[in-house]
Amino acid sequence: MNGLFDLGGADGLGPVNPPAEEAIFRAEWEKSVFAMFSALFRAGWFGLDSFRHGIEVMDPSVYLKSPYYEHWLHTYEINGARNGELDMDELDRRTQYYLDNPDAPMPAHEPNQELLDFANAIVPAGVPAQRPTDNPVRFSVGDVVTLSTMAPLGHTRLARYVRGKTGTVIAYRGSFIYPDAAGNLRGEDPQHVYTVEFDGAELWGEYAEPNTTVTFDVWDPYIEHARQLEGATA
Amino acid sequence: MSNIIRTPEEIAARVKALESILIEKGLMTTQMVDRLVEIYENEVGPQLGAQVIAKAWTDPAFKARLLEDATEACKELGISGLQGEDMVALEDTDEVHHAVVCTLCSCYPWPVMGLPPNWYKEPQYRSRMVREPRKVLADEFGYEIPDTKEIRIWDSSSEMRYWVLPQRPAGTDGWTEEQLAALVTRDSMIGVGPVKAAS
Repeated sequence: MNGLFDLGGADGLGPVNPPAEEAIFRAEWEKSVFAMFSALFRAGWFGLDSFRHGIEVMDPSVYLKSPYYEHWLHTYEINGARNGELDMDELDRRTQYYLDNPDAPMPAHEPNQELLDFANAIVPAGVPAQRPTDNPVRFSVGDVVTLSTMAPLGHTRLARYVRGKTGTVIAYRGSFIYPDAAGNLRGEDPQHVYTVEFDGAELWGEYAEPNTTVTFDVWDPYIEHARQLEGATA
Repeated sequence: MSNIIRTPEEIAARVKALESILIEKGLMTTQMVDRLVEIYENEVGPQLGAQVIAKAWTDPAFKARLLEDATEACKELGISGLQGEDMVALEDTDEVHHAVVCTLCSCYPWPVMGLPPNWYKEPQYRSRMVREPRKVLADEFGYEIPDTKEIRIWDSSSEMRYWVLPQRPAGTDGWTEEQLAALVTRDSMIGVGPVKAAS
């Protein structure tokens, strides 16, 4: 989708202002929201791509103005409501309860070793997204490729600022879950991934800074056409 | 979804509401929250990436393996996992300076750097870093890169996770890995700041 979250090259958003020091979690609620990712991934509420898409469909004005981890809260709500796991009326009722009683504790509950083991295991193990495919590897390092101009609805990782642009394949990365499928709940449909390098001038024309390049990773269907490296034999 | 900007109190209450539901469903515990927070506050952070870089600076064979396959090389040091299932280390040279961004969301190599700083995840850095990286580095981070040196920005659009292997600072001959690791900053691994100078 052509969403506001797709920020590459947008102007006018202001300074970065990196602080000298900052806590990893700036509030207690951020800790809970962070942990919910592992818990809800384990529970099957979303995969990484549908998690991301739940953030992308946030109201854009809220997306821009809210603290980062609130984005995660939104995607939990969106995914939980979609899959029927989360009763939104109940969530609203309890929200009012905790607004009225900000010091009220969590419901009493027993420790759960299985959940703790999962947390301890998923951090070092990760959630690999590589998947095998029988699709041919269509492009080679050195190929000059032009990306698709398609503007898909739903989830995609084909950012607007690289659509239709021409660059050079600098690496083949293997085959991975295709976000345009998984993020839209259409299975994994693994595709080959390549890294494409773009000259700054290809992206920004005469407004490009001198001597800058941008690399962008693309899944195979994002590439419209290619010509071989000059001098290479077919 | 709602276009209402929530106050910090409203966000906190909504998170508690959701957490209470998930606890009752048996999907999470407060103990699980505490453990995951402990991991990313105390165990997984940029000190791990610094350790990898210091080893690469002192061990040419390791450096070669790191540049060939960062994921596998990091596993040799017991470093792996979430948001770093497929990592690439980018070697800075006299000719090229690398820096990393995620214009679409907040992708960042957690196993070697921990969780990203907030500015990395916010719209300003994400929008500008691909369009005017020299200006962002100079104006926002006080980090001047001469025009004669290429700046290569890596937009983390796939599940590959990129991070920078900075150049070893001058005046560190004979230093131990531990001494060298203390020079490596988080920002130097993102590519928005230098490593500390030897002193």
